[in-house]
Amino acid sequence: MTRMTQTIRIVDPTDERVPLRRTLASRPRHLSGVVALLDIVKPRGDVLLDRLERRLAERVPGLTLRRYRKPTFAKPAPDELRRKIAAESDFVIEALAD
Amino acid sequence: MPLVEAAWQALGGEVDVLAIGQDAAGNALLIERHRLTAPMLDDSDLKISCAYNVEIVPTIVLADAGGAELRRFEGFGKSDWQSVLSQLSRDAHPAGAPEPPSEPRPELQVDWSAYPDSRPGCGSKSVEPGVAERLAAEASGSRLRARQIELGADEDPFEFMFERGLTDGLPVVPPTPERVMRMLAGTRRDPREVIATVPPNLAPLTIEKVAANAVMAGCRPEYLPVVIAVLEAVCTDEFNIHGVMATTAGATPIVVVNGPIRHRLGMNMKVGALGSGNRANATIGRAVKLALRNVGGARPGEIERTALGGPGKYTACYPEWEERSPWEPLHVERGFRREDSVVTVFGLEPGPRLIVDQLSRTAHALCGSLGMALEGCWHPKLHGYGEILLVVSPEHADTIKRDGWSKAQVRGRIQEASARPIRELLPDADAGEGMALRQFGLANPTAEQLERRIPKFRKPENINIIVAGGEAGKFSSAFGGWFSGPMGSISVSRKIEEVPKSE
Repeated sequence: MTRMTQTIRIVDPTDERVPLRRTLASRPRHLSGVVALLDIVKPRGDVLLDRLERRLAERVPGLTLRRYRKPTFAKPAPDELRRKIAAESDFVIEALAD
Repeated sequence: MPLVEAAWQALGGEVDVLAIGQDAAGNALLIERHRLTAPMLDDSDLKISCAYNVEIVPTIVLADAGGAELRRFEGFGKSDWQSVLSQLSRDAHPAGAPEPPSEPRPELQVDWSAYPDSRPGCGSKSVEPGVAERLAAEASGSRLRARQIELGADEDPFEFMFERGLTDGLPVVPPTPERVMRMLAGTRRDPREVIATVPPNLAPLTIEKVAANAVMAGCRPEYLPVVIAVLEAVCTDEFNIHGVMATTAGATPIVVVNGPIRHRLGMNMKVGALGSGNRANATIGRAVKLALRNVGGARPGEIERTALGGPGKYTACYPEWEERSPWEPLHVERGFRREDSVVTVFGLEPGPRLIVDQLSRTAHALCGSLGMALEGCWHPKLHGYGEILLVVSPEHADTIKRDGWSKAQVRGRIQEASARPIRELLPDADAGEGMALRQFGLANPTAEQLERRIPKFRKPENINIIVAGGEAGKFSSAFGGWFSGPMGSISVSRKIEEVPKSE
């Protein structure tokens, strides 16, 4: 005779972690300080960032513009690069795809 | 049961007489039918039965005061009972008392003529499949550490797995603790060992989580070491599984298995080697993908961003038919011994493309055809290409073998046949894709510079070659590449440390 009300248990096949929800930083109304221009090295990302850099320098005098590059677009940015950008910049503009 | 009751009546003051039943409802019936006063223990969770390794019911166990077993017999045997009861009458006395009590015992009231000489028992419920694994999973010292989810009595576990987003779109085997315990028997490694950090979520991957996903995929326990080796190989910086799973282009880990383990797991390297129909081929590859999805978080539409995907996203794991190849097998080329069992993972297109050549009779002509066909990978105008996997069928291998060509010669001919002048690789109005002049170090090229021929592959070694497939059919297959090399994905080989013995 089998037990009639047998329940089934399963082993959780996931990583069991609950993602932390973060709210977006508030958007300032004016650009100031340091703007990071991040090139992920997809083709022509540099063309876009060159143009942006020129336009921003014209429109917002006094803004500091710094260029950064990922070693490859096919991998996430190295931790060191992310920390460097966060420590040195107030804003980031990333040229994503070709 | 009447004999247990008789023993209890006669000896209960001096000997613990316990009836143990494996079914609570059945126990109640026995008590009523035989008017039992002897204590009856409910072993419906089968823990006592397992602890005493009971295989047959009834089993009679005589144990000393410390619980050590003195004697046991299975089924019903009249002479066994007579001998054990007379032994008890003779020997039983209270613990610590030096001599048997002087007062006479109640007599054993047994009409032995009512009993047959012997009667066989039945199989114990504790030896039914899965029971030992369930008890091991429930024991306080269980090796399982992952969270367990209890389903409602009315919930269909297969539907539950779909609803929770745990499948690849096909049904999975629910990873019950019993099944995960059975899967873990396939490795000696600690279930808690973290074997990798899996992108994109950078989640720790334990052997236990691999086992749960291997159960879901339909693996047998002996496949587990292969699944572990593949996951270790893909979660390396060189392989870059993050990029492989996240790319919009559509790549996936393609697994090649070499060495004796191919035979021990019954993998299919012959007719239909690239799918479908073989359990080991299909489920090892699927377990890898499920672990990447469920632990790593590479879910289509989330971080997995392929525009189109492909069948290889479900599973892609193939053994090489080393014995049928005129060349060294892939793992030997990569520095392993022939008797090693090795997995090699490539980040490639999620499906093979067929290459037809039924007419070539020389290695030169056939490899020329292969070169022309391979030029189509990605786009004929995109040269300087990375790694691919070329699966040469036995009939094609025979054609090449007749001329005694090495793999290096095959690669050389493919490079020669696929080379094109730069001018044909530039984008134009007829086919807008192509390469930029600066990729060749040119700005204002001369006509002569534009005639320089560029082979399809960045280097000949990017053409990885294995032999597999049915012995009839002049067809080969190839898995096109992704963005390969140090900036993208580099193929990785890893030895499988635990290889099951031959049956």
